[in-house]
Parts: sequence; structure tokens; C-alpha cells
Amino acid sequence: MSGDGEMVPVVEAIEQIARHDRGRLLSSLVGSLRDFQLAEDSLQDAFESALVHWGRNGLPASAHGWLMQVARRKAIDRLRRSSSLRAKSDEIAYLAEQENRLAADDDPDPIGDERLKLIFACCHPALDRKTSVALTLRSVCGLRTEEIASAFLDSHEAMAQRLVRARHKIARAGIAYAVPGPDGWAARLETVLASVYLIFNEGYASQGGQHIRVDLCEEALRLGRLLVALRPDEPEIEGLLALMLLHHARRAARLGKAGEILTLEAQDRSLWDRAGIAEGAALIEQALRRGRPGPYQLQAAIIAVHADAPSFAETNWMEIVCLYDELARTGANPVYELNRIVALSYVEGPAAALARLEPIAMALLQYQPFHAVQADLLSRLGEVGAAAVAYSRAIDLSQSEAERLFLQQRLEALTGG
Amino acid sequence: MKYIALIYMDPAKSPPPESPDFSKMMSDYGIATQTYKTSGAWIAGEALQPVTTATTVRVKNGRTETMDGPFAETKEHLGGLYVLDCADLDEAIRYAAMIPHAAMGSVEVRPIWTIDRA
Repeated sequence: MSGDGEMVPVVEAIEQIARHDRGRLLSSLVGSLRDFQLAEDSLQDAFESALVHWGRNGLPASAHGWLMQVARRKAIDRLRRSSSLRAKSDEIAYLAEQENRLAADDDPDPIGDERLKLIFACCHPALDRKTSVALTLRSVCGLRTEEIASAFLDSHEAMAQRLVRARHKIARAGIAYAVPGPDGWAARLETVLASVYLIFNEGYASQGGQHIRVDLCEEALRLGRLLVALRPDEPEIEGLLALMLLHHARRAARLGKAGEILTLEAQDRSLWDRAGIAEGAALIEQALRRGRPGPYQLQAAIIAVHADAPSFAETNWMEIVCLYDELARTGANPVYELNRIVALSYVEGPAAALARLEPIAMALLQYQPFHAVQADLLSRLGEVGAAAVAYSRAIDLSQSEAERLFLQQRLEALTGG
Repeated sequence: MKYIALIYMDPAKSPPPESPDFSKMMSDYGIATQTYKTSGAWIAGEALQPVTTATTVRVKNGRTETMDGPFAETKEHLGGLYVLDCADLDEAIRYAAMIPHAAMGSVEVRPIWTIDRA
């Protein structure tokens, strides 16, 4: 009989493995089973089995090896029990053979790192972005379905359904469990990076809200580091990680006393995390030296320039404008243009900047920051009435309380002062 | 894996026959078909007569009922199909993107369900 005193460390050990290594175990299992759902279910079985066996006998010499072996056996069991036994017999034979081969192997780390394949499968463009993000958090990061559901403010059932449908589609639609070759690489990498950045932004935007969410920023950073480690020569991956690190380093300065979001100008720079900035800045320099700039690298470079300035007034605006020019060359995007105009306004003055807003006004009519920028430029020109109208429009379009509070304060300072 | 590419088109948006755009479209279809055949992916490919020629069949209480149409609310109708043998979804998507109506309408790519005949 095992007492509670022995059970607790076992439960903790299992939880820790589930937390840190689930993605690695799962991706290796998907690699050998070629079936997402079967791999998930079998790994779950193995964890449950570990609770019983390890609780009785203590931790095995190689916890990972134990879990993989049990998961593969559970998969064989599941296949045997499934209705279309004849159709599955080939797979069972293959698995059994693999099982024998692996058992004979005394490789200390039999689990190769196949997480890159897993990430590319989860972030396939044939899945919608929200589904990709949810599946990546579940399968690669090992978050529980409840945690993901609460991050998205979805019900547990809805999120579980979404994940089941996604795994089903991966299996049935023939989404390859493979790292894409050179012809599909750029486009596929883009959706992977977009999904990771979406996870980061989801966490970043939520910090001002009332909802307590899982720390999605940390998960996105983990994924970024993992991608850099798995594919060390890809500058856009380094660019994304640098971008997230640099944003993350400013997190303590982002909100004011009332919980309002603070613009760069209003932030207390002494609150910025210098170690994080140094890491991000070094990474972006390394990426840019590879001579293949892309949107993530350029955005990170822009933040690095800001981070380098001792004060808002001492920002090197010309350099920032140049970086935005280059960013615009990677693809027309009115949001990049808006930010370029903001930088330009500190070089050539608010009046010229205001005139530059006109061509992008239609495209950004429903975009809160457009109106906030317009309001700021107008107020710098002393056009109080027009600025107040623009602030009101920005307030109406705000997505979060933190944004609304900040804009409200600006409006009050303008009309009250 | 076998995939079907269902080609949906809005007849109002397709180029009229005998226009230069129409012959361009037809030659692009020819190029797509040839590509599939050369690579060994091609299994079948057909164009359909307009939706006005369609008849919907339903059996209710053992009686066969027929109806003109379908006249769905959507303007896009099924206009043709390819059946292709592809390594994975990425390849199927690459082939589907070559279909001229992917740029004028839409192409739905779906894996064909291989029923176990065990």
C-alpha cells in the first residue's frame, strides 16, 4: 500500500511531465501513429496508467520512455477494439513491429523531436486561425482544454468540440504531418508565425481586462524559442521572437494607475525590463545580419529603436521612418502606413502628417487607433474641437476598457484644460 | 489520397462563350487538366451543363418526387469537378488553385471517403 506521502510526488511528477514534455511526447507519437486523435487518446491513457503504476512502484528509470511505450501499446489496444479490425490489421502489424524494434533499442532518448511537424500540422492554412491557435496550445503547449476555453471566453464543450473537429479534419482531409518543402515553406511558415503572434497578442491585450487568463504571452514566447531552436537559420522566426520579447519587456509600463493603456510617450521607461530588451535587441541584430528582412524582423527593429531611446523626445524618428518604409515594401498594409505617419509627424510636424492620413482614411474607418492618431495630431495643432470629435469616435470603437480609459483621459485633458 | 475538387461558379460572372476571355479560360482549363495528367494525379474531370438543366430527385414514402433545380439562394452553382490523386492536402490545394474558376468562383476540395469493404 502506498501512502499519500508517496502519491503526491508522483502526481506532481506526472503533472510536470504533462506540462513540459507533452508536446514532445505527442508529436513523436503522432509521427509513429499517423493519427492525431489516436495519439492524443493513447497518450492520455498512458498518463492515467502512470498514475496507477508509478503510484504503486515509484517513478520508472526513464519516465518518458515508459510513457511512450505504454502509449504505443494503448494505441494498439485501441486499434484492436475499433470496429474495422480488418482494415486496421496492417497498422497493428506495423506498430507491433515498431514496438519490438524500439524495445530492443536502448537509446537513452528514443523520442526524437518532431514538434516542428506538429506545429505545421496544427497551423495548417486549411484550419481557421482560432482553431490553429487552440490546437497549438492544446497539442504543442499542453494546455488543458478548460484553460484554452477560458482564454477564449468559450465554454468548455464548445472548445472541446472545436478541438475534436480540428483533429478529425487533420486526419481525414490529409493534412500532412510534415515540415513543408521549399516550395510551400514561406507561405506555411507565415501561418505558423501568425498563429504564434496571435497567441501572444491574445495574452497581451488581455492584461488590461478583468478576465484572468492563462499566461498566453509566456506560452507564445515558449513557442517562439522552440521554433528558433528547431529551425535556427530562419530570420523571420528570430524576428517574431525578438518582437515578442521586446513587447513583453515593456509590460510593466503598459498600464497607468487607473488601469488605462499607456502610449509609448506616456510610459515610465524605468519600468522596462532591460534584460528582456537586451535579449530581444541582440536577437533582432542577429536576424537582420542574415540579410533576409521580413515583416516580423522590421517590426522588431522598430521597437528596438524605441527601446534604445532614453526618452520619447530623444527617439531616432528618422530611423523609424526608414524601417517603416522598408516594412511597406514587404506588403501594402494601411496599419503600417498609419504608424509610419505617426513617426513622420515627429520629423515633419503634425500638419503634414494630418494630410497624409487622408489616403488611408477609408481603409481604417473602423480602426480605433486611426482616430486616436488623428485626434492626437489635431490636438498638437491646437484644433481642440476637431480633436475632441476624433477622440469620441476612437472611444466608440475601443475594444477594451483599458483603451477606453486612456482615450477618455486624453479627451478630458483636452476639453477640461 | 483521392480528392474531389468541386467547382462552383456564378454563371453571371463567367465570361460569355466566344469572348476572348472565354477562350483564355478554356485554354487554362486545358493546361490544368494536362498538368494533372502529366503528374499522374488525374482520375476524372467533367464539366456540367448549366444548373437550369438539373433535376432533383427525392423519395418520399416510397414515391419518387422530382423537382426542377436546385435553385439555391446562392448565386454559385456546381459547374464541374475533378477527381485527383494527391499525396496530401497541400498538393490538392496547389492543383485546385490552377482551376480557372478558383479565381472567378470557388473550388471546394474534399477528400474522398474510402469505405472499408471488409
